[in-house]
Amino acid sequence: MITIVDYGIGNLNSVANMILHVGGECRITGDAGEIASAKKLLLPGVGAFDRGMEALRESGIAEALSVAVLERGVPALGICLGMQLMTKRSEEGHLPGLGWLDAEVVKFRFSADSGLKIPHMGWNTLSIRRDNPLILPEERQRFYFVHSYYVVCADESDVTATCDYGCDFVAAFARGNIFGAQFHPEKSHRFGMAVMRNFSEMISC
Amino acid sequence: MLKHRIIPCLLLSDGGLVKTLKFKDPKYVGDPINAIRIFNEKEVDELMVLDIGASKAGREPDFDLVAQFAEECFMPLCYGGGVRTFAHARRLFSSGVEKICLQSAALENPALISQIADHYGSQAVVVSADVKKGWLGGKKLFASRTGKTLDTPVSDFLARCVEAGAGEVLLNSVDRDGTMEGMDVELINETSIRLPVPLIAVGGAGSLADMKAAVDAGASAVAAGAFFVFHGPHRAVLITYPKYEELEALFANGA
Repeated sequence: MITIVDYGIGNLNSVANMILHVGGECRITGDAGEIASAKKLLLPGVGAFDRGMEALRESGIAEALSVAVLERGVPALGICLGMQLMTKRSEEGHLPGLGWLDAEVVKFRFSADSGLKIPHMGWNTLSIRRDNPLILPEERQRFYFVHSYYVVCADESDVTATCDYGCDFVAAFARGNIFGAQFHPEKSHRFGMAVMRNFSEMISC
Repeated sequence: MLKHRIIPCLLLSDGGLVKTLKFKDPKYVGDPINAIRIFNEKEVDELMVLDIGASKAGREPDFDLVAQFAEECFMPLCYGGGVRTFAHARRLFSSGVEKICLQSAALENPALISQIADHYGSQAVVVSADVKKGWLGGKKLFASRTGKTLDTPVSDFLARCVEAGAGEVLLNSVDRDGTMEGMDVELINETSIRLPVPLIAVGGAGSLADMKAAVDAGASAVAAGAFFVFHGPHRAVLITYPKYEELEALFANGA
């Protein structure tokens, strides 16, 4: 059973829809008690960093997440903003992040003549940096991204996949039971389904 | 490398799928759910559904129908048509839509752009600029709800929308709509140069070469309607989408 964290941000139904499609079970909840006792957590999210952190704090969800993820060690997957919230801080806001990994979030910066638009929006490919249970090295796999900020990991060994948009940035990280994906597996056809299935079938880390 | 998105743009009218010619003469082409299922199977980059009757008739979006679309989509879904309030947007997002496209509302109530962008992020707000040749020549902003061209320069309008929080622009050439005679590359070029956000070009695509030309002119993505639903000189209804390898090869050099 995957507990999808509802903190008033993001498109929860598409995530749930994809989990059910790959044969997994899920529930959507914003209840701190249910989150603290969850077996597996998924933290979705789009929008601004501070708004996300505020929502997690006010509702007591941030503490509940720490209990489940740091004390009980249940697998947790952050998607897009959800991944960014797992880090220490973001250039986008002033509030500290959850701080589960030694990482921070910075904005894409391109020169005007690069022709590169922000946000990075659309389908891109990955370079797998190390073996991990979530994203397997498949040929021709592509994923849907939409973001203006990206994660920088202090510890290179946390990086599981990078993506190229003006620079190589962290597309996915993993540290113990903590996983992050900058792309949207729930919107990435069969490639995203494979990621969701891997997360859904993961037993422990 | 980021791929240029190729987006089927489906038009809804009274719950059915239609295709127009220069924004007129909607021709019924089929059941939308069936079409969306086919596009999902073909692994399209993204899907756009615009209800062309809603704003004109002062109707709300058909929320139940859009929720059914979202359930079929394992790719991003953009919906437009009849979205006039934040409550409309919230209902659509919670049913599984990723992006909302504003046209009438962007012209009449630009504050809605900011409201949605503040809450759901800029990436969730697409503004559609419909552009039509004026009586005295020159390309004018067109308000499809009233059927009138406006004097506001397209670039001023878009600059204001981006300032308000629009994360993407759909540049729609009314005169090319449904013609499959090629896209307005000049318009795409002059618009994209001044635009800091991604531009989706639509109107006139009749071949992959047309789409490549739009991308070369500065479009981040290309949308098309007739190209994906009509086949052959008699415009028989047949849903198609190029294979990934074809699109990869098309954009492999330069772009």
